[in-house]
Amino acid sequence: MPAEARALTEKRGFDAVVVGGGVIGLACAWRLARGGAEVVVLERGEPGGGATRVAAGMLAPVGELTFGEPELLELTLAAARLYPEFVAELEAATGGSAGYERLGALHVALDRDEAAQLRRVHELQRSLELEAAWLPPRRCRELEPGLTPSFHGGVFAAGEAAVDPRALARVLLAACETEGVEVRTGAEAVDGIFEGERLVGIRIAPGSAGPLKRYAEQESAGSFARAGGEEIRAETVVLASGAWSGATEWLPEHARPPVRPVKGQVLELRSRVEEPPARHIVASERVYMVPRPDGRLVVGATVEEMGFDTAVTAGGVHELLREAYRLLPDVAEMELIGAAAGLRPGTPDNLPLVGPGAIDGLVLATGHFRNGILLAPLAAQAVADLLSGDRRSSFVPSKANKGRTPTTEVAR
Amino acid sequence: MRIELNGAPHELPEQATLDAAVRASGAGEGGRGVAVALDGEVVPRGEWETTPLREGQAVEVLAAIQGGAETWELGGREWGSRLIAGTGGFRSLEQMEQALAASGTEIVTVALRRVDPAAEGSVLDVIDRLGLFVLPNTAGCYTARDAVRTAKLAREAFATDWIKLEVIGDDRTLFPDAVELLDAAEQLVADGFTVLPYTNDDPILARRLEEAGCAAVMPLGSPIGSGAGIRNPYNIAIIAERAEVPVILDAGIGTASDAAQALELGCDAILAASAIFGAEDPVSMATALRRGVEAGRLARVAGRIPRRTHAEASTAYEGLPDLS
Repeated sequence: MPAEARALTEKRGFDAVVVGGGVIGLACAWRLARGGAEVVVLERGEPGGGATRVAAGMLAPVGELTFGEPELLELTLAAARLYPEFVAELEAATGGSAGYERLGALHVALDRDEAAQLRRVHELQRSLELEAAWLPPRRCRELEPGLTPSFHGGVFAAGEAAVDPRALARVLLAACETEGVEVRTGAEAVDGIFEGERLVGIRIAPGSAGPLKRYAEQESAGSFARAGGEEIRAETVVLASGAWSGATEWLPEHARPPVRPVKGQVLELRSRVEEPPARHIVASERVYMVPRPDGRLVVGATVEEMGFDTAVTAGGVHELLREAYRLLPDVAEMELIGAAAGLRPGTPDNLPLVGPGAIDGLVLATGHFRNGILLAPLAAQAVADLLSGDRRSSFVPSKANKGRTPTTEVAR
Repeated sequence: MRIELNGAPHELPEQATLDAAVRASGAGEGGRGVAVALDGEVVPRGEWETTPLREGQAVEVLAAIQGGAETWELGGREWGSRLIAGTGGFRSLEQMEQALAASGTEIVTVALRRVDPAAEGSVLDVIDRLGLFVLPNTAGCYTARDAVRTAKLAREAFATDWIKLEVIGDDRTLFPDAVELLDAAEQLVADGFTVLPYTNDDPILARRLEEAGCAAVMPLGSPIGSGAGIRNPYNIAIIAERAEVPVILDAGIGTASDAAQALELGCDAILAASAIFGAEDPVSMATALRRGVEAGRLARVAGRIPRRTHAEASTAYEGLPDLS
């Protein structure tokens, strides 16, 4: 780190404090630390314990395509291209695995109505020159022998991939530690610290836990009080608290991003035979299934506007199982090992909020809605570029971001 | 402060907000059925009170309904728009807001089972901002008991005794279960609800629902979400002809011509959901449906010519001046 930056750090504390230890927050922290920044992550619960824990980890820009969202497609395609390198770097740094697999995705139409709808989306995919092919039922079953015998065809997107978000969070956490990031668990942000109009740090709740594992060099710095209600000062506060980003009471109201929780219920099944339940991501209009290398199958997901409710409902489980069974009858023989509900951070236009916040010192990395796992490398890169003063970042922020334009002085 | 109101100079007190200009324009109670533009930009109803005016600004107050602002009555209230819109299924809140604004709707349905009324920053915030009337529905209910319970929860949650009553017979067709529907309608009417039942295109059942005290009947044109249009226009015409309560064509609208046909057949209004959110461009489709409804209503009032088997020249020979 250059001498003048070091001097600034001593004056201010950290270069960045990242609020939220999900995949987005950890990826941002890791990228920043690799660029030489001193970073602390504040995680209220356990790292990767929020939406990350529940996410299926589909990296599927082609299959998720809908009409009228060209900006989002550009982002998801860019992120999908970044992924192999992102994962390879992390795995090389830590020796762990993020469970990344280029599985390909098969979207199946179960009846004539669904076929008409799927063909309509497929026309859009073709008009955008995306990698996707219409396959008759026989070809679909060659790819995926477990499919129901009776359906009307499918679209195969060979380039789609998946990652295991929990494994990804683990390698990100390990990589953060390698880079000297201080990750504090049980540390809840309760207050912003302001100098004039500028946000210069975060006060955490009294009784918040200490660091999960402090990097030796920082241990000796010992500049932080252990007592509750501790102040953590930083040049930049990165808000990465997912669905809770809109409920940040420690920010003035105008600076809270327009993020709302959108509930999703997900099931986890496990195969009881050698044969994997599916070889590819398999999806219909109403459900998707992602096979994991260890024989698990993730079935998702409901989309519910229910505030912060995370109850798993009988109706939600029923719907997911019914639709999964209609596609892959073998599902009935699998062990149901888990059902969970998580909260996606939704924004008014479905685009993420990544960029300068509405007050000085605040940077947003939130609002990734259905694509948080996929967009993580892109968001991390954009935040790192922003903090290093590089404006060439390709990230398109949401129209809902009423923050400052990227020409504002936020560089360290 | 002097502003320009509908092209003419107008004096308003200092600090006046946009709603003062709307009142000054002579628009009715709450500005129902009008759209307001400030310096050429449309301002949503919910923002009138908080939008300050400055010296010299131009305010235009436009009647949203062309041709003399004809209104219709539902549940003891006057409405301008004959298009009721659903709120589920949109790809984003922003898209929903733009489409609802474009549709000109005044009433939107909300499924209690899918939307938490207390959730902030969500569907209901958009509805509030647009100043729309919330009509909760009992989507997803399969028995009278379930529907009645859901209606009561909706009354608490949304502070309204209006309910769009849906009692579904099976999840493949989503056709109404006539027996359970009538049972639920009777119970809810007795409990003081304003009941708007989603019903089959069966004139007898429609009459029974009306007799049970429902505030309207909402026959389907074809199955929910099918976009198959009005499959039995004769039955819809019979229902519309005989009903003394408003008839709102509920399911099956696929495009603007279906909306126009419903009004031509004598329906008072339509409800559209998947026709809007499922379109490639929902905002344009919302506009198209609004115009379809307006065109259908005008055609109904205008009185169409009878259908004939043989040609009838539009210019008769008799009495023509001899120009040779």
